[in-house]
Parts: sequence; C-alpha cells; structure tokens
Amino acid sequence: MAPLIEVRDLVKHYPGVRAVNGVSFAIESGVCFGLLGPNGAGKTTTIEMMEGLLAPTGGTVRYKQQPLGERFRHEAGIQFQHTALPEHLTVKDTLRLFHALYPHAADLEHVIGFCNLRDLLGRDASKLSGGQRQRLLLGVALVNDPSVLFLDEPTTGLDPQARRNFWNLVRSIKERGKTILLTTHYMEEAGALCDDIAIMDHGRIIARGTPDALLQQHFSHVFLKLPRDDFSIPLAQFPLSLFESDGYVEIRALDVNQAIALLLQHGVPLARLEIRPPSLEDLFLELTGKALRA
Amino acid sequence: MRRFIAVLHARNLEFFRDRAVMVWNFVRPFSIVLVFAFVFSGGPRDIFKVGVCGDGAAARRDVVFLKTRHVRFIPVADLDGALVKVRHHQLDMVLDVRGKPRYWINADAPNGYLLERMLSDSAGADGTPAFERNALAGREIRYVDFVAPGIFAMNMMFSCLFGVGYVIVRYRKNGVLKRLKATPLSPFEFLAAHIVSRLFLVVLVSAIVYVGCDALLDLAMNGSYLLLAATFALGAVCLISLGLLTAARLTSEEFAGGVLNVLIWPMMVFSGVWFSLEGTHPWVQKFAQVFPLTHLVSAARAIMLDGAGAADVYPQLLALGVMSAVFLTLAVGLFRWE
Repeated sequence: MAPLIEVRDLVKHYPGVRAVNGVSFAIESGVCFGLLGPNGAGKTTTIEMMEGLLAPTGGTVRYKQQPLGERFRHEAGIQFQHTALPEHLTVKDTLRLFHALYPHAADLEHVIGFCNLRDLLGRDASKLSGGQRQRLLLGVALVNDPSVLFLDEPTTGLDPQARRNFWNLVRSIKERGKTILLTTHYMEEAGALCDDIAIMDHGRIIARGTPDALLQQHFSHVFLKLPRDDFSIPLAQFPLSLFESDGYVEIRALDVNQAIALLLQHGVPLARLEIRPPSLEDLFLELTGKALRA
Repeated sequence: MRRFIAVLHARNLEFFRDRAVMVWNFVRPFSIVLVFAFVFSGGPRDIFKVGVCGDGAAARRDVVFLKTRHVRFIPVADLDGALVKVRHHQLDMVLDVRGKPRYWINADAPNGYLLERMLSDSAGADGTPAFERNALAGREIRYVDFVAPGIFAMNMMFSCLFGVGYVIVRYRKNGVLKRLKATPLSPFEFLAAHIVSRLFLVVLVSAIVYVGCDALLDLAMNGSYLLLAATFALGAVCLISLGLLTAARLTSEEFAGGVLNVLIWPMMVFSGVWFSLEGTHPWVQKFAQVFPLTHLVSAARAIMLDGAGAADVYPQLLALGVMSAVFLTLAVGLFRWE
C-alpha cells in the first residue's frame, strides 16, 4: 500500500545552519509516527515543511502521492508547538471560527465532547490552564475531521496528570484509524503512543523502526540501579560495567542473576535495588552519547 | 464566503470584548472635540475682521473707515471665497473698493451690525463715498465646527492604522497567522474580513461620535449626510488599506509602531486637521496631497461647512479611491502569513 505521507531528501538550510539535512521517511496510513530528538534536532523544522508551512531548501513532501496542496490543507489537522489564538474569544467562539474555515468539517458537538471541552465553552480561551489549552488546541486541530494529525510537542510543559489525560485522547484518536505524526522529546510519551519512530539529531535521522525493534536491535542487557551509598567498595573494583549519576549507580547486565550474585558477594544490600529494561531514553543516549533533554 | 464571515465575526467579537480599546475609540474623539469647544468658546473676539477687495492702500486715503483702530483689514483676492467666509462668520465684513463701493455683511452677525454702523457713520466724512449695502445670511462657523471633521477623520485614522496594521503584526508575531495559514483560509479572505470588520466598526463608532457631538455642540452641517457617510467610508477603506500595507511583512510590534507613527504624525500636522493649509508655503500644500487624511478632511469639511456636493468633492474622492486601490493591491501582493 502506498504511504500516506512520503518525505524524500528533505533539506532546510538557514544562513550558517543546516537545520534539516537530507531526511527521508514514509508514514503509512493509520500509524502513529513519532519524530524524536532533543531540542534543536530539527524536528519542528521537519514537521513544518511536512505541513506545508515552511518551504524546504531541497527535497519533496508528498501527501497521498501528490505534492502538498489544497487537498492537504483540507484534510490535515495541526497542533503547533507554540501557537496563539485570536484574543478575546471564548473556547466556543474559537472552535466555531476554525470549524467554519473548513467546507467538510466534523460535528462540532462531537469534537467538544471528545476533547472534554463542554465545561469550558464560555471561558476566555486565553485564560485556560496548560492542559485545558492543549485540549482546546487539539479540538481546533480536529474540527475538520482530519485524515492526518500533526502534534508538535503537544505535552511540553504539562503536569504529569494533564500529560496522561492528553495521551488518552491521542490513543482514542488512534483507535479511530487516524494517522498521527507526533514530535516529542519525552521518550516515555513516544513509547506509550508511537507505533513507529524516527530519532533525529543534528538534522538527520539516526535510527528508525518500531520502539521494540529498536530496543532489541541496540540492547541485550537490563539495568540495575542502586544508591551510591549502598556500595561500600570502590566502584572500580566491581567486575561489571557501571556508571554513576545523581547519587545512583547503574549497572548494565546481560544476566540479572549473575549481577545480583555479584552484588551480594560484594556486600551490597538489595533493599533499594531497581531493575528496569532499556528505554528509548537509553537508546538515545546509546546513539548520540548525550542525554535527550540536555 | 463562510470563511470570510467566520473571520469577520471573530474580529468583531475581539473588538467589542476588548473594552479598553472600544471605550478609547469613543472617548478620544469626544474628549478632543469637547476640549476644543471649551477652549475656543466664549464671547465675540476683541477684534473685527474686514476683507478688502481692491487696492486697500489707495482706498485708505479716501475711506475714513479703513483707518478705524482695532479692526483688522485683510486684503482679499477672491471675492466669492471671502463672501463664503462672511456667511460663516469667519469675516465680519467684506468691502469692495474696486468700482462702485460695496460692502457685504452677515445680517445674523452682531459684529457685522456694529461694523455697518461704523461704516455708515463715516460716510460723507472727508469725502468717504457711500457704500452699497449687501446682506448675506449664514450660520456662524465656529472653530469647533471647523475642527470637528478633522478630529473625526483623525480618530478614524488611528483606528484604521493601529486597529488593522498593529493587530496583524501582533498576530504574525504570536503565531495566529501561522495557525490560520494551516487552514484553507486564503490571504484574500483574511484581509477582506479585516477590512470589512474595521470598516463596519469605524463607521459605527464615527456615526455614534458624530451624533453625540452634534447633540452637545450643534455642529454645522450644510451638506448631505449620505455623502458625508460615503466620504468617511471611502476614507476608512483607504486608511485600512494603508494599515494593511504597513503590516504586510513586518514581524515586530515595536517596529510597526514606529512605522505607523512615522505615517501618523505628518498627517496630524500637514493634513489640515487643526488649521487650514491656506496661506502655508505652496510646497507644504503639495506635500500634504500625498496623505489620504488631507483628502478626507478636505472633503468632509467642504460637505459639512460649505454644503459641497459630490461634484465639488469629486477630486478628493477620486484621490482616496486611487490611493485605496494602490495600497490594497500592494498589501495583498506583499502579504505574508509569517
């Protein structure tokens, strides 16, 4: 089946900066595609070229095998990373404004209910909390019942509860068969929502695949985490690969049983031991040698 | 059309809900007109003004009246124009000493009556010839009547330039335009909605302010209300177009504010809002023609004070129409969402 969106050799140069440097990928219909990377990796530049808002220096973006055009603008829903809405409008006014801009729009009552905005309809849109505002912006992105939804770092700055609520909304959209392109620098978010991911750094894609496949491809070990205070011996004397950070020691182990035996052998108490599988955060560290949000 | 109406409606809601801006749009012209009405009110001025048509210097030898103290005698080249000023109480009397001596006064003006008595008393003295009397009628044109059309136009200018230009630059800076760009809304639909919204609001505000000022000050109105409304509407379109042109590409509110002030201040000074440009240097008068406000004030004042008809103010309306077309074409061509 032909991909819904296809990006080929996408390049964006600014004076002195190569923001995006030859990015290519395709997104199948019905998939939640995650574009991951640290701040400045080129995610937003890439997504804005895909949205038709930014002219690429080179390369092409095709939607349903056609160059971006009028059809794309009617069928795409977009939630920007930073956006403002017209002032002095209520939530309802804002939704009505954007709803009227599309000839084939979704049922507005359904959008209001889906995004849990009914209690906010009379509120000034500029006076919402972070989570409420993101729900409104998602509602605005859904008023045209889009085939493809672009979410550019939609949960940045939200508290954990608001973030989880937003994830539930995105899952519901996925269940309706919509194609989603999500950029985020939260690996947990990508792991929770994305079927397919591409990791960007310095304007290039450095890894591509499903989260599980990428983790299996790059990791065969697990992580054991203990407070540094629990080690009474010099860390250099411990026979397994480890590193220290923020008062904790993290051990990479291919065999958990062997690692625990070694810890006991060196007199390390296990009461505060945490064992976790590798995450996308670890993958990023592995691939780039730096923390994701550095 | 649905998209245009949606943006138009949203923009109108913004205006009416922004209480501070809305109140300011009403308070500003009211307060200026009232201040001028207060400052320039009061009793008759302490000097009479008499226009003299013909060789005044030669006439002074024969006409004792022309030697009267505390009367300012002003040489007049255009008799018809001087008579209009007598009708409007801007001149107390006009003397024509070119052939058979004649004078004109406004029968409704107390100063005219007093001057007529003085002229009559001097007749026959030292050979002063008798003057033929001509009476004119007409309401007094106070300074507030003169300045009111200018203030209405100036208020419109502020509302159009800042209410459109500044708002669009702010929209561009904070990302509202980028959000709208991602929808099927076209630049033409967006700009047209802003023009119509601001036009509606400006005409509404101006009408309310005019009615309020007229109720308080009984402003002079000698022409057609319909023509005056059409003139202000065309002036508003022209000024809105200038605001759109200013905002076509700018991304900084501070810079936009500077550019708008560069446009506004020369218009405030040289468009004849506060004083007539008659008597200023010819270069100033020519320079003033580049400003839409000059044509708007000139046409509105001619309609309100002189009762000018469409044929009389046709040049000003044509200038406003041409400027609107040029500004709008450039604004649409240069407009960028980001």
